[in-house]
Parts: sequence; C-alpha cells; structure tokens
Amino acid sequence: MATIDSSAGKSVSDTQAVPAAVSRSRFTDSLYRFLDSDVMYSFRRSPVTVIAFVVTVLFFVAAFAAPWLAPHNTFDVRTLDLMDARLPPAWVEGDNAYTTGRAEFLLGTDDQGRDVLSSIMFGMRVSLTVGFASVLVAMVVGVSLGLVSGYVGGRVDSLIMRVADIQLTFPAILIALLIDGLARTVLPPGVHDELALYVLILAIAASVWVNFARTVRGSTLVEKNKEYVQAARVIGIHPVMIMLRHVLPNVTGPVLVIATITLAIAILTEATLSFLGVGVPPTQPSLGTLIRVGNNYLFSGEWWMAIFPGVALVILVLAVNLLGDWLRDALNPKLR
Amino acid sequence: MIAYIIRRLFQSILVMLVVAFISFGLFNFVGDPINNMVGQEATTEQREAARERLGLNDPFPVQFGRFVANAVQGEFGLSYRLGEPVDEILVERLPATLELVFCAALFALLLGVPAGVYTGLHRHGFMSKLLLTVSLVGISLPTFLIGILLILVFSVLLGWLPSFGRGATVDLGWWSTGFLTVGGLKALILPSITLALFQMTLIMRLVRAEMLEVLRTDYIKFARARGLSNRAIHFGHALKNTMVPVITIMGLQIGSLIAFAIITETVFQWPGMGLLFLQAIQFVDIPVMSSYLVLVALFFVVINLIVDLLYYVVDPRLRIERSTAGGH
Repeated sequence: MATIDSSAGKSVSDTQAVPAAVSRSRFTDSLYRFLDSDVMYSFRRSPVTVIAFVVTVLFFVAAFAAPWLAPHNTFDVRTLDLMDARLPPAWVEGDNAYTTGRAEFLLGTDDQGRDVLSSIMFGMRVSLTVGFASVLVAMVVGVSLGLVSGYVGGRVDSLIMRVADIQLTFPAILIALLIDGLARTVLPPGVHDELALYVLILAIAASVWVNFARTVRGSTLVEKNKEYVQAARVIGIHPVMIMLRHVLPNVTGPVLVIATITLAIAILTEATLSFLGVGVPPTQPSLGTLIRVGNNYLFSGEWWMAIFPGVALVILVLAVNLLGDWLRDALNPKLR
Repeated sequence: MIAYIIRRLFQSILVMLVVAFISFGLFNFVGDPINNMVGQEATTEQREAARERLGLNDPFPVQFGRFVANAVQGEFGLSYRLGEPVDEILVERLPATLELVFCAALFALLLGVPAGVYTGLHRHGFMSKLLLTVSLVGISLPTFLIGILLILVFSVLLGWLPSFGRGATVDLGWWSTGFLTVGGLKALILPSITLALFQMTLIMRLVRAEMLEVLRTDYIKFARARGLSNRAIHFGHALKNTMVPVITIMGLQIGSLIAFAIITETVFQWPGMGLLFLQAIQFVDIPVMSSYLVLVALFFVVINLIVDLLYYVVDPRLRIERSTAGGH
C-alpha cells in the first residue's frame, strides 16, 4: 500500500506541474488524490476492511480466471463421468467408494459428476458479471436522472421523483420478478432463453436505479447553489457540460458508496431469482442456480451441493457489504 | 389535513390505475387471447364471432374501462393453468400467506425491538457488538439460503419440524387456518423465522440508531437531571419516542414481507399466493399474474396510505409543521 501511496503522491505533483495535463486528466488526477487521501489511511487502519478487500479480490480472480484456475472444466461433457456423481467432499470418510470423498474433488461432486468447487468458480463468474452489469446500467441511468432532476428542478424533478417514490414502495425483488415475468410473456420461448441474461441485468438494474437517482439528486441540490456552479453558469457553459464536468465529479463519493452497497444487493437479487428458477438460463448456471439444483439433494443428505455455493455467496456478499460500510464511513462521516 | 388526505388518496388511485394498466396490457398485447380459447381448427368466422362476443373489437378505452370494472368486482377470468376462476384460487391461497406474514412480523417485532434497545443502551458491550455482527451476517444471508439452512438443521438433521407445507389446517368459513392445530403451528415456525430474520435485523438496527439519537436529546438530559430512574428514562421517554419511525417502517415492511413471502413459500412449498405467482410466471399464466399484481399493489397502496395517515396522527410535530406551512 505504501508504494502505491508514494507513487500516487508523486503523480499528483507531476500533473500539477504541467498545466496542460491537468485539464487532460481531471479524472486520473482526482483518482490519484483519492488514493493519496485519508481514505487510504483509514483503509490501512481497519483490519476487517483489508480482509474483506482481500477476500473480494480473491473471489474476483477465482471467478474470472476460472477457465485456467478451476481444477475441472464443468462445461466439457467429455470429462464428466457419472461414476463420479454425488461424491461427498474430500475429507468425508464413508462406508464405500461412493460415499467417500476423493482428493481430486475437493468439495465433492453434483448429480452429473461435476466438481462442486469448479462449478462454484464458474458460477461466481456469472453472478459477478450480472451483478456488475446491472449496477453499471442502474448507475448510468440513476446518476443521469438524478443529475437532471436535481439540476433542472421543477416539473421534471417532481415527475422523476414521483416515479422513484412509487417504485420505492415496492421491494426490488418484486420489481425484478415482474420485469422478468413480463419478458417471459412478451418474448417467444426460444428468444427468451437467448436474451435471458440481458433481461435479468435490465430487471435488476430497473429495480435499483432509484438508489442512485435519489442520492445524486440530493447531492446535486447542494452543489447547485455553490459558487463554482454559479460561476460556470455565468460564463455561459452549457447546462449539460456543467452537470457532467462540474457537478458530477463532486457527487462521485456518495455514488461510489451506493454502487458498492447496490452490488451486494444485485448479487443477492440475481441469486434469489436464479434460485426461484426465473433468473439466468440453465446453460449458464450462477451461484443461485447451483443452490437451486443442490436443494433437491438436501433431503438425501447430500448437503454439499447446496451449502458450498451458499457459503461462497454469503462470503462474497458479506465482503462487499463490509467494503461498502467502510467506504461510507471513510468518504463521508455525515452520510448515514 | 383534509387536503393532504385527498392528495394521498388521489396518488394511491393513480398508482392503482397504472398497475391496472400494466396488467391489462399483459392480457391484451401478449399473444392472442382467442388462441387460448378456441381450438386449433376454428375458422376465421368463429374466431371473429368469439372476438365480437368477448368485446375484443371495442375501442381501447372501452376495454380498459371494462377491465377495471371487472377488477374492482374481483373478476379476473380463468387461470390458464388450473382452469378455475382466478379470484377463487386467490381467496383459497390468501389465508396461508397472511398467516405467514403475520407470524413473521410478530417474530421480527418481538425479537428486533428488545435487541435494538439493548444494543442502543449498551453501545460498547460485548453482546451489542456480537448482535451487530450477527445482524450484518443476517443482511448478507439471502432469504432462501436461511430457509435451506433451517431445513437442513431442524428437518433433515434433527427431524424436529416439518420442512414443507402447512400441516393440518382448520376451516373457519372460507378462511383455512393453521393456528388451531399442533401440526399447523409446527409447520409455521421455520417459514416465519426465515421470513422474519431480515426484517428483524432491520428493526434492530433502526431501533438502535433511533435510541442513540434520542438519548442525546435535551429532554433525556433533563429527565436525568430530574433524577428519574434509568428504567423510566429508557422505556418511558426514550423508547416511546423511537416507536414512531419503527411503526412506520414496520408498516411499510409488511408490504415487502408479502413480496419476500414468494421466496419463503417456494423454499417451504407453502401453499400461498407467492408460490402461486411464481408458478404462474413459469407457466405464463397471465390471468393469475395480472390479478396477483393488482392484489399486491392494492396491499401496498393501502398499507402505505394507512402508514402515512398514522404517522400524521401519531406525530404532533408533523401536524403543526404542515398546518403552519399551509397557512403561509
């Protein structure tokens, strides 16, 4: 961490020394300043956050490098052997070969003989992709609407906020479920399977954009009346440019916090929808799908198929939640 | 006050109309309802006759008006999947969901409020830190996973409680209740804990935050200066003042309990409305989907309305602010 800090500090002074670079890299500039700020200090001082961060990074690497890291390729049918099906985790000692774990399948196998650990790694990939994509979509939509709502005000503001109010009274999971159900009825079955992942991303995004819109609107209302915005307005900068270049950089803190917390919600929503059987298509199993399938074998005592993906999901969400909690306190102690 | 109520009522009706419009759109623009009713061999004339008889050739606003009129009377047509009138199916399923939601809300309140008060009063105690950590884990645990874990421990491993269904029920008129038999009560325990856990952590955190806020206020300091006992201060003054937001949030959360019941009912195969809705989505059973949509929206809107009005009645400060603001 110390090396990052020192290089960050140097880069800030470098960019400040060259005036041309300041306007070119306003974003990188603020990023370096962010890395060099007391945020990084509070990060180093909080062991829980550091652990949460390390866990998150490990999970990301495990998920996105799954094709190279996973012990088995669960999508390659040729490597599957039904003789390996429903094996317990490696450390379980059973009466015979079918109830004793084998070292090559660390966390056991599922009903098709797929390695549970590899399935989790590939499943986490889908979960994280859907989570990130939906947060990104929600962020773009929510932040733009929030900026417009707060900056323009008047009728536009009350319209956007009324829609947000109405939507907030319905839980996110219900909205996502409804949109998914709607897509299922509108699209022909074949087309729906192809588009299921995108529908899911849009459904989750539609259910969480309000969080961004409300936060950004609140911050924009505050920033709008500050001198720098009025100065920009006086010299005749276009309102869109004021929103993007002047207001937006000053509301990124809260947006970052909301994005982290929303990522946890999005991952949970995706898992829930997939568990209910209306989420990702069966060809791309996520953690929720794995738990759904494993749930069928719970009663026959084959608990590892459902429990291990569940544990992975909880640890992932908990780590992201802890990061979000820390970020909220570190960036703005006044934000509740 | 009256203007406020009227405005809120108007808003609620607007929301209901939007929801009705969406469910009407489901009915009308998704596929051809005639295809679902007449057989494959029907001629064009027969189709046209059916179309005319069902009023599908009428102008759009007339059809929408008829849909709303039917919906107000609780008529949503036949379920595609079950072939029975939708309103009868819903009435049959309603008690199961409402009993589940009631028990979950009770659990959440009875455990959440004391835990919140405790963590608020003993901020730095070991138990408080433990409870807060547990509550963070609780927020990160998805509802369905809680259900699966409870089933694994209490049904599969220990065999104490049933893992699915409502157990034996007793019919009181059209309302079938699980409260009156041992089996029914036993079957209620796991699903309601599953549903309640998230709400419980929410209430606990809310009560804690409110207690911390209230304990800092001047009137608490003054009460201490008067030499009142800790008990009188904590429960007579502090807790009473935290209850207003708690009641509000709890009221609003009843709506989300109904929504989250979909998940719990799926895990426990609980024969309620949520399970019905999920099956309807999977089978594209549009009448059931749209009627569930309207019914749940009605629940939400009514609860929101009641909570808003209650808030207004309970909190005198709000009343004064509003009336002075209106007077200017």
